[in-house]
Amino acid sequence: MAVDRAGEGGARVEAVVSRRERLERAALAPILQTSRAYFVWVAFLLLVIGWGIYAYSVQLREGLVVTGMRDRISWGLYITTFVFFIGISHAGTLISAILRVSQAGWRTPITRMAEFITTVALICGALFVIIDLGRPDRVLNVVIYGRWQSPIIWDVLAITTYLTASIAYLFLPMIPDLALFRDRLAGRVATWRTRLYGLLAVRWEGNSTQWRAIGAAITVAMILIIPIAVSVHTVVSWIFAMTLREPWNSTIFGAFFVAGAIFSGVATLIIVMAILRKVYHLEEYITEKHFRYLGYLLAAFGLIMIYGNLSEFITTGYKLEGEEEFHFRQLFLGQFAGLYWYYFLGGLVAPGVLVLLPWTRNIWGIVAASVLVDVAMWVERYFIVVAGLRVPLMPYEPSSYAPTWVEWSVMLAGFALFALLITVFVKVFPILAVWEIAEEQEREGSPVARRPATEPALAGVEGGGS
Amino acid sequence: MNEKGGNRQRPSPASQTSGGKVNRRGLLRVLGLAAFGLAPLPVLPRVLQAALGGAPTARADAAAARTPDGRIRQWTMIIDLRSCDGCQSVGKPPQCTAACIEGHFAPEPMEWIQVFEAELPGDGTQFIPAPCQQCQNPPCVNVCPVGATFSTPEGTVLIDQNRCIGCRICMAACPYDRRFFNWGTAPVPPEAYLADYSAEHQVPVKKGTVMKCDFCPDMARAGTLPYCVQGCPRDAIYYGDLEEDIATNGRAIVAASRFLSQNQAYRLKEDLKTKPRVYYISGHGEAVGRDPFTRGRQATRWPWTERAKGARVWKR
Repeated sequence: MAVDRAGEGGARVEAVVSRRERLERAALAPILQTSRAYFVWVAFLLLVIGWGIYAYSVQLREGLVVTGMRDRISWGLYITTFVFFIGISHAGTLISAILRVSQAGWRTPITRMAEFITTVALICGALFVIIDLGRPDRVLNVVIYGRWQSPIIWDVLAITTYLTASIAYLFLPMIPDLALFRDRLAGRVATWRTRLYGLLAVRWEGNSTQWRAIGAAITVAMILIIPIAVSVHTVVSWIFAMTLREPWNSTIFGAFFVAGAIFSGVATLIIVMAILRKVYHLEEYITEKHFRYLGYLLAAFGLIMIYGNLSEFITTGYKLEGEEEFHFRQLFLGQFAGLYWYYFLGGLVAPGVLVLLPWTRNIWGIVAASVLVDVAMWVERYFIVVAGLRVPLMPYEPSSYAPTWVEWSVMLAGFALFALLITVFVKVFPILAVWEIAEEQEREGSPVARRPATEPALAGVEGGGS
Repeated sequence: MNEKGGNRQRPSPASQTSGGKVNRRGLLRVLGLAAFGLAPLPVLPRVLQAALGGAPTARADAAAARTPDGRIRQWTMIIDLRSCDGCQSVGKPPQCTAACIEGHFAPEPMEWIQVFEAELPGDGTQFIPAPCQQCQNPPCVNVCPVGATFSTPEGTVLIDQNRCIGCRICMAACPYDRRFFNWGTAPVPPEAYLADYSAEHQVPVKKGTVMKCDFCPDMARAGTLPYCVQGCPRDAIYYGDLEEDIATNGRAIVAASRFLSQNQAYRLKEDLKTKPRVYYISGHGEAVGRDPFTRGRQATRWPWTERAKGARVWKR
């Protein structure tokens, strides 16, 4: 298309065309070439998942007695991991929808990955709720007997809605790229792929009616998905905040969980981005600029998290009502102190410093900051769940909780599943949002001949989600 | 490149105004389809219940007990701590707990009525037998996603273990730590598995579900006092009906309202406004001659040595 429009300048045409071709090649590369390392990696992940399935089968046979959970600390690693996964699912929404709404052009090469993460993380997160059930065979009771008064039902509704919406939101902008795959890969790949792309491209031809329809659809989806995403992590926090447990009795919980979710979501996106960039040689599209911008976002959310911590702990800590003193001691000085201070200093302060200092404000520094953040956010969820339940309710000795090998295995399998789904996804679907990147490149203008000639063409899709 | 599809061909300004507009017929069609799609939602759960053969609602099996003039009885428990010495003088583990365990085949380590030893000012202690508090504003019932735990007209809270999915949010919600989970195959005698299950008696136990004190309404209806009341050697526990204003420990009969008021009865964690049906009269066993500085009680034991096949004992 660039050909007909820019027929006047030979050099420019060539530059644009070759750039477009390079882009398409980069997007197609993961599908056309598969290295041996890929299979080794997949085999490794399958091994971890297989081991996790074995551990879960033990749990199914014997009951939850094989976990470290007991009556007084009745939630543990599974619920922690559930909250963590739902948290990182916010990567996609934030990057994709909010940046799309605010028309931040630099987002285009990373939106697809962000949306992958959302969908995959939601699937993994939802699994962990079922894994945690004492009677997974009765999970349908939630549909049959569901009571809207229960926070669990709010969660079921919010997460299923969010999953549906994020699949739609992943799929819609992918249609033109799927059509590209359908056309470019016809005859070059296995028949199932050709059929799959043909089916998923929903007869996309790229005519103006289709562009207008997809533009409208993306606009609606991106606006709808933001409140849905916010609601999801708010109701996840309400599972805790709606109980009569002092450490969870906080009005800030919803907002705090949403901020934490976006925080860990951005960190996860940075990590996934760094890996895919390296593996699939996407250096031309994912540049240091992307890491830097996301790093700033990370630092900003780190500050919000620090503020949330201060705000929550100062209001309760000043008064030390009821069992708060016990909770403060176990959290800041006692058995959770190591975790808490790692979270606060290593997960909130240190990443901010790494991002803000000019010497470490590079890809390595920002990826390191992201790893710190992700670990810290998992740890935070762990002590929110476990320390919250540990506060004694009656005159008894506080109990303790130590996860068993079953819980660790199942949790690792969950992370392996997350990695596997992303790995497979990348091999099947376009990893780069080709048309959006191309559009953005046009908007920036060709570096060879920067001319406003491309501007009018852009106006047409302005409302259509660019 | 263009013909191959997958590429954009942006709408020209002219084509933008024509076509693709929402007309009235299209809008009506969408609205109609939406209404058609949403209409079955309210009845969907019932259809699923019928298709899957589940019971429509979790309810107590028996009809509520009534006073002679037809009012529904409101079961209550009044525990006189002046008479509770944690069975120190008897030289046995707390007998209310023991009787409850035997009567309900409550699996180890579940103490549906548990005798806590709480500190008093000045370093003495008191014993507090704590059954499920039978809240009238029950946090556990509020949070249950499937209605497996429910309030009855008699003012008790029961659990239908045939419906419970084992999510344990009720355990997180209970401020009295009075809910217990069947973490594995429960250690109970094999004969427990021969009983007919009822939410009012919770025998046999079901793996992966939550249990707790059921307040023995089935026994009360049959004219018998709950196991714990029967088991108490010091007659510290009164059971009765607030509606008819009567309570008994098996020896004395009191007017519940007068008994509560005259003895400054209180409820646990009153400030949470959970409105328990279990009342306490403050004390440390002085009526049965206990010295508040005599600490300790014997550990609860589960009597059966023979256990169900594949059972595993766990700690609380």
